[in-house]
Amino acid sequence: MNSNTPVLERYGKWASGIVTGDLGLTLQNTQISDEIQKRIWVSLRLLILGSILGSIIGVLFGVISAVRQYKFFDRSFGIIAYILLSTPVFLSAILIKYGAISINEVIGTTLFYTVGEYTPGLEGGGFSLLVNRLQHLILPTLSITLGGIAFYSRYQRNAMLDVLSSDHLRTARMKGLTKRQALFKHGLRVAILPMATFFAYSFGLLITGAAFTETIFGWYGMGQWFITAVQSNDINSVSIVILFSAVLVLFSGFLADVLTAALDPRVRLR
Amino acid sequence: MTAITESIEQRYTRRQLIRRRFFRNKLALFGLVVLTLMFALAFIGPLFAQYSWDELDFFNFLSPPSLSNGHYFGTSMIGGDVYALTLRGLQKSLFIGLLVAFFSTGVAAIVGAFAGYMAGRVDRSLMWVVDMLLVLPSFLIVAVLSPLYRGKTWLVFVILLAAFSWMITARIVRGLSMSLRERDFVRAARYMGVPTWKIVFRHLIPNMSSILIIDATLNVGGAILSETGLSYLGFGVQPPDVSLGSLIAEGTASALTYPWLFMFAGSFLILTVLAVSFVGDGLRDAFDPGSVGGTNK
Repeated sequence: MNSNTPVLERYGKWASGIVTGDLGLTLQNTQISDEIQKRIWVSLRLLILGSILGSIIGVLFGVISAVRQYKFFDRSFGIIAYILLSTPVFLSAILIKYGAISINEVIGTTLFYTVGEYTPGLEGGGFSLLVNRLQHLILPTLSITLGGIAFYSRYQRNAMLDVLSSDHLRTARMKGLTKRQALFKHGLRVAILPMATFFAYSFGLLITGAAFTETIFGWYGMGQWFITAVQSNDINSVSIVILFSAVLVLFSGFLADVLTAALDPRVRLR
Repeated sequence: MTAITESIEQRYTRRQLIRRRFFRNKLALFGLVVLTLMFALAFIGPLFAQYSWDELDFFNFLSPPSLSNGHYFGTSMIGGDVYALTLRGLQKSLFIGLLVAFFSTGVAAIVGAFAGYMAGRVDRSLMWVVDMLLVLPSFLIVAVLSPLYRGKTWLVFVILLAAFSWMITARIVRGLSMSLRERDFVRAARYMGVPTWKIVFRHLIPNMSSILIIDATLNVGGAILSETGLSYLGFGVQPPDVSLGSLIAEGTASALTYPWLFMFAGSFLILTVLAVSFVGDGLRDAFDPGSVGGTNK
């Protein structure tokens, strides 16, 4: 294929290749499908863990902030969330990385590893390998999780505040439920609904944030691949990563619908 | 009678009310002060620099910050003055942030207002475009398109960033203009035969100005974040020019031993974005005291 072929024809050829499972070659003439198999789980491990932790802790903190509106926790956590939201991923990841390195220096042993997924050529059994992987995993996950906490807690706080002042919650209290029961059974369930959509869609777009995290912590995942591929004009690899992110968005849109249906009986009835 | 006129005299105009509410908000005030300082630093600060940003001092490599040799923030690996470089980067990042926010809110206002006002087929096709663009991973697309502006002016970069950041505002504006078009003054204008574009620009957009101001402010923060992110990876502002993002990228390789290389750029970046979001939220609370303040997106 050369640049004289019309764009549409080239696209058609690429797309038909995708459908039949032929993902093309990288610039180094290796099969893209092999490369994907190596990288996809690296990214997914990081993204799934980071986004689930981020959303759960974020929702929890948001609910606490809303219930204790204008109290100490709400105010101090609000400021922290603001600062976290204003810190770009690459900066917070770097700060986490160098913070961990100085902690290592203080302790004298390597508690956190800052590069890669595991130590190559590690001796020992399955357990020490697991510990080693965890030591590598903790920092990049933390960098994704922090952003998620800040993001979800702000939205959850607003959603929860709306629900707290709603009529049905007052009815629930009046029919004799304790405050805690009313909050969890009737408040949280409603307030968490919009969050399901948010969660699903932001999961699809997380690949952007992962590009920074993976680059900084030396994980060879999809995001890091994208960056190097763009820098070396490796068009097939770039298109595959974009296709991957499109699939993620579609999949997470589907997930959002399922989650909403599971949480909201009104949607199921329709 | 006198009592009534007195109470009328004491009443505030809407503008005064907004100003009072804004200045009473401590966080917003803090944001405004920080933002003013950043602008002063970026545009007046270079006057006090002993070296220019593209000048290399071959007698000082990686020297720590000091007042005596004129490198207030130290020097870089090749002898560049970090003070001058950081201010240059801050200038660029602020400027790009403002321009992108201005363009994207402008496009959003026009597209959204026309779509909401004209409804029907125009509305559907415009919103189709909006939805299409919303699904695209904009960060990745801008990165892929970065060769387009390599070696050209950074204005192309600004336009690309703006082109991918107006959609959500456009949807909000569309909703507003759909409700405004049923209002009497707009209907009156329509029946008097005022052309559509004139109604949009003279009646719809001015009536949404508060939303647009708030949105433009909050967009500045988002634009600065995506600009520095792209520049960090090398897809944004191209060397020899610098932005806060590319400075941070250069400085991080040796951040532990030479922290001054990225510390200043990093803290300026966080402070600026933080200040912008404080000001934006303060404006929102001032314009609309009934809203639940605190969302920062």
